[in-house]
Amino acid sequence: MLTNFAALEVGQHLYWQIGNIRLHGQVFLTSWILLGALLVFISLGTKKMENDPKGLQNLLEFLWDYIRDLARTQIGEKVYRDWMPFIGTLFLFVFVSNWGGALIPWRLIKLPSGELGAPTADINTTIALALLVSLSYFYAGLSNKGWRYFEYYVHPTPIMLPFKILEDFTKPLSLSFRLFGNILADELVVGVLVFLVPLILPIPVMFLGLFTSAIQALIFATLAAYYIGEAVEEHH
Amino acid sequence: MLAFNFFGATEGGLFDINATLPLMAIQVVALTYILNSLFFKPVGNVVEKREKFVSNNIIDAKNKLSEVKKLEADLLTQLQSARAEAQRIVSEAENESDKLYKEALELANNEANASKEKARQEIVSQTSAARDQLSKQADELSELIVNRLILEK
Repeated sequence: MLTNFAALEVGQHLYWQIGNIRLHGQVFLTSWILLGALLVFISLGTKKMENDPKGLQNLLEFLWDYIRDLARTQIGEKVYRDWMPFIGTLFLFVFVSNWGGALIPWRLIKLPSGELGAPTADINTTIALALLVSLSYFYAGLSNKGWRYFEYYVHPTPIMLPFKILEDFTKPLSLSFRLFGNILADELVVGVLVFLVPLILPIPVMFLGLFTSAIQALIFATLAAYYIGEAVEEHH
Repeated sequence: MLAFNFFGATEGGLFDINATLPLMAIQVVALTYILNSLFFKPVGNVVEKREKFVSNNIIDAKNKLSEVKKLEADLLTQLQSARAEAQRIVSEAENESDKLYKEALELANNEANASKEKARQEIVSQTSAARDQLSKQADELSELIVNRLILEK
């Protein structure tokens, strides 16, 4: 029974077939549960907003302030307001996914195939997020500077052109694989340790996993904001 | 049990990319809009309203402080001028009273001198009158004595 409880299933998915397309059901299930919890939490906190914050509102305001600082330092005073919701959503989504995946004992819920876990441990999720970031910084650059955005590619010298073009591919690649790799590795390490030594020993690794999860959310949001900031920055 | 199935499987695997990707992207974009209207806008409004309130209050307080300082300086100058005025009035009054005192003293002195002189003159005149009278009486007496001596003979 215990071995069954601790069994690892890597690369197995709960497939949903809708017409011609196939989906990883476990990713959507966990993300809906976690985002539902996040939205309930936020609606509770913003239900009765007061000028003199109490309880949940205080926490949400702290979160808001944290995200604003992050967006403002990376993107700059001028346009950070437009991008703050996106950066904040990335941060909250990744953070809630990571921590939800690490804290909730999903393995108690049996699926016909695959297992529930952090949505960010699925490559589809992280690539989706990374591509959204890529689209965002292109959009931010083009909408703020028009065609002058492409000056960035030959700045400070035209020698940079191939590297800057390469960067447009490495940015989403590194963003998605960093997040995917860290969260999957954390789940695997904890899974293997639980499988080998089911008592006490995995606990420090779980704490390390929580730490990594929070850091990864911060890194993802910070890098996304940095890329957007880089795209809207004016060169002189 | 340990079912490591990284790359090989035709179905599944870690890098199985399918329609989950675009749907997840749409979900995240939708979440951005939902969070914007549920979280970022309302909380931002409250926080920025409060920040504005606080900064307005600070500006107000600074204005009031500078006003107070200005009023204080005004009062100080007023106080100084009032003090100077008072000093001036006091010294003026002192000078005036001094003058009056000196005048009165001089007047009194003069008067006293005059009455002293007058008394002296009177004394002199009365002395001389008395002396005259005395010598006249002495004359009369001596005449009477002489006459009596002559008659007795």
